[in-house]
Amino acid sequence: MAYSDKVMDHYENPRNVGAFEKGDDSVGTGMVGAPACGDVMKLQIKVSEDGVIEDAKFKTYGCGSAIASSSLITEWVKGKSLDEALAIKNTDIAEELALPPVKIHCSILAEDAIKAAVADYKQKHGK
Amino acid sequence: MSTDFTQDHFALFNLPRRFAIDTALLDSAWRTAAAEVHPDRFVTAQDAEKRVALMRATRVNEAYQTLKSPVARARYLLQLAGVDTAEETNTSMPAAFLMAQMEWREAIADARAAANVDQLEALSRQLRGDVKELETELGSALDEQADHAAAALAVRKLRFLEKLDQEIGDAIEALLY
Repeated sequence: MAYSDKVMDHYENPRNVGAFEKGDDSVGTGMVGAPACGDVMKLQIKVSEDGVIEDAKFKTYGCGSAIASSSLITEWVKGKSLDEALAIKNTDIAEELALPPVKIHCSILAEDAIKAAVADYKQKHGK
Repeated sequence: MSTDFTQDHFALFNLPRRFAIDTALLDSAWRTAAAEVHPDRFVTAQDAEKRVALMRATRVNEAYQTLKSPVARARYLLQLAGVDTAEETNTSMPAAFLMAQMEWREAIADARAAANVDQLEALSRQLRGDVKELETELGSALDEQADHAAAALAVRKLRFLEKLDQEIGDAIEALLY
């Protein structure tokens, strides 16, 4: 199966690979996995005091589409509020990367990862 | 063998509907059924009869493949109970399990980068132990506790382990051949 140019670009030059200190209060961590393909994704957000996502990092074990989906979403969430980040839909990711139907679950994984990261941050701050 | 297409896979082979299965019995029931419907026996039959035989042969093989694999058998038992294993949609695995998955993938990548086949084989043995353990859990969730949620979770976990097995196999193959 041929990957789109955008998937290849993110796959070959993934943005924001890495990790933040999990114990840091300003960090929210989301971990998700897709049973159907065995992909695992860890996505972290660093949130400023006024509730804006300043930075994001990810580590993904999976196919090109899963890596591209997580790389793209870390770029998208930067500068967004938590609510704006939650409004990102997997269909936006799938459309941007021109994912074929069999790879839609990779974009769902990225959406679920950001939701889990926001939930973790909110839980840390008792919201 | 009857041509009743409504009976479930277990009934088709005259086996009790449970996860713990006698594989020798399954194999012999399959061989008997497959021989009965083999297309070679219908070369001189009418077209309609040939078509039915082909459908029965397909059905017998599909049932056999499903019951032979522990994951497919568990998924099928859950399906019969009206439970979806949600392997395509449920991404919220327990955090500790996902963390362990990350560590597994790192260990495989490290061993592959170091061209350490012995290490990969050690990981493979460890993985087989983990698979056995999960299958035991799955059996007790299905056959003893009728805990469908726990069984569906075990099926999802096993899918990740299948992926690890594949990754280890790929790494060994890349290093040896």
